[in-house]
Amino acid sequence: MKTSPFSRTIERLVPLVILTIYSIIALFPVVMILVNSFKSRKAIFGAPFEFPASETFSLIGYETVMERSTFHIYFLNSAIVTFVALILTLFIGAMAAFALAEYDFRGNALMALYLSMGIMIPIRLGTVGILRLMVDLKLVNTLTGLILIYVAQALPLTIFILSQFMRQVPKDLKDAARIDGASEYRIFGLVLPLIRPALGAIGIFTMIPIWNDLWFPLIIAPSGKTATVTLGVQQFLGQFVSDWNAVLSSLTLAMVPILILYILFSRQMIRSITAGAIK
Amino acid sequence: MQQSKRRSHFPVHIIVFLAPAVLLYTVFMVIPLINSLRLSFFEIVNQNQQSFVGLQNYIKLFTDSNFAPFFWRALRNNFVFFAVHMLVQNPIGLLLAALLAEGGRVRNFFRTVIFMPTVLSVVIIGFIWQLILNPLWGVAEGLLEAVGLGAWFGPWLGKPETALVTVALISVWQFVGIPMILFYAALIGIPDELTEAARVDGASAWETFWRVKFPLILPTIGIVGILTFVGNFNAFDLIYTMKGANAGPEFSTDIMGTLFYRTFFGQQLQLGNPTMGATVAAMMFLIILTGVLLYMFLWARRVQTYEL
Repeated sequence: MKTSPFSRTIERLVPLVILTIYSIIALFPVVMILVNSFKSRKAIFGAPFEFPASETFSLIGYETVMERSTFHIYFLNSAIVTFVALILTLFIGAMAAFALAEYDFRGNALMALYLSMGIMIPIRLGTVGILRLMVDLKLVNTLTGLILIYVAQALPLTIFILSQFMRQVPKDLKDAARIDGASEYRIFGLVLPLIRPALGAIGIFTMIPIWNDLWFPLIIAPSGKTATVTLGVQQFLGQFVSDWNAVLSSLTLAMVPILILYILFSRQMIRSITAGAIK
Repeated sequence: MQQSKRRSHFPVHIIVFLAPAVLLYTVFMVIPLINSLRLSFFEIVNQNQQSFVGLQNYIKLFTDSNFAPFFWRALRNNFVFFAVHMLVQNPIGLLLAALLAEGGRVRNFFRTVIFMPTVLSVVIIGFIWQLILNPLWGVAEGLLEAVGLGAWFGPWLGKPETALVTVALISVWQFVGIPMILFYAALIGIPDELTEAARVDGASAWETFWRVKFPLILPTIGIVGILTFVGNFNAFDLIYTMKGANAGPEFSTDIMGTLFYRTFFGQQLQLGNPTMGATVAAMMFLIILTGVLLYMFLWARRVQTYEL
């Protein structure tokens, strides 16, 4: 036998040690912010590595943020933009994916190529043109403008992935419905629930970049009324650089919704990537 | 009769299904992109007039003393940024993926934790690290002291020599989850029979990885490479958050994204210049296109995809 029990234990332990160390590296900065946001200014600087105790606990940062900022508006804006863009992307994308997967029409391959070009080319490169278009359409400083851009940005990958899933839907099912006289629109309605897992996965991956985007809110919709959380945090923090309590608590406020969503959906999210890759 | 009718009338339902997507994508992405590229051949004369100037904007970008030094520096910095990701992010991602692919409950927990920073906004990450590295707070310094490396600490973000690499490493910290998860997906897709055969032949885990698994995930390595390359040109958010549009200190963290923003919108005393901005964007487009084509023809064609 080549391997001794000792070297086998090492072989088992080393990976776990490396993973533990890296997990600490991944978590540490985030935990530092969360923990210190609940401490008094003195404790933030005096004992940054300690958890808040009764004498160091303070919510002063949160109070400042609540008083001075319009976070609730930013949250609402982000929620509206993300939600509407998500629904539109999934529905419109599924329709196009269905057409490409289901029908063997002339120019199908060409259309698929045209639509998938956008996967590799960042939409930001068209910013000069987009801003002009938004000015012409009077969509500057509107949430509608942002939504339209995000849908256009998300469609190529959505269509590409969904059409692969649509191809896996059994043909018998659709043919049976056709024999029963169902219209093509009705058949689309039948197929849609069958690819629900794929819709969920794409939904999460469409949502995150939209929620987190800084570029387009900064350029297309920078006004206070239309600012999203990401832009709002960026501007708010710029003003309060020296108020550490406020900075730490606003960072925490901005992180927590995404972290909760991530904890709830991380399993499905990661499974969907790995499932897509194995297939 | 039936046939000719079918040929002349394109089925309506196909048009209905495709129209919204094609319309939105064309109007809000393709046309603006083409317009931006077109604008790089024009110059704005006054409010509503522009005149065709051929390649003059490009010549200006490459040679004019107001543009050229910035352009070449941003381009070089972008490649440094890319190199840091290729040399640090992707190997760490591969290592973590290889360790995670062994499976087990504990590893699923590690996987979730390590992927977590990826879902946070770059703006938040930028501020978090600015605070952690801030000498005023002393968290990073305190940590380094704890492991006996206190002397290493410096105001890395503030010094022109170290700022770019520091920002790049922060981006690596955030996004290592993406190569990790892609490699992980590829690794767990390898059938057990293949790795078991190697084990039976007496190969160690290390040998099995390099001889059996690594060649099988070469296509994924190519995909990760090209994603890293394209992603670089979206790195604006992090630098804008941490260093502002001027990408300080002394433009040492200036990349194509921040240069594009400054050229387009102007900065301090200089007015924004849409046509020069469009020229910078067009250069980014050409660079990305070159990268994607190189990947498609040099890598994707040669590297065999094994049907597993």
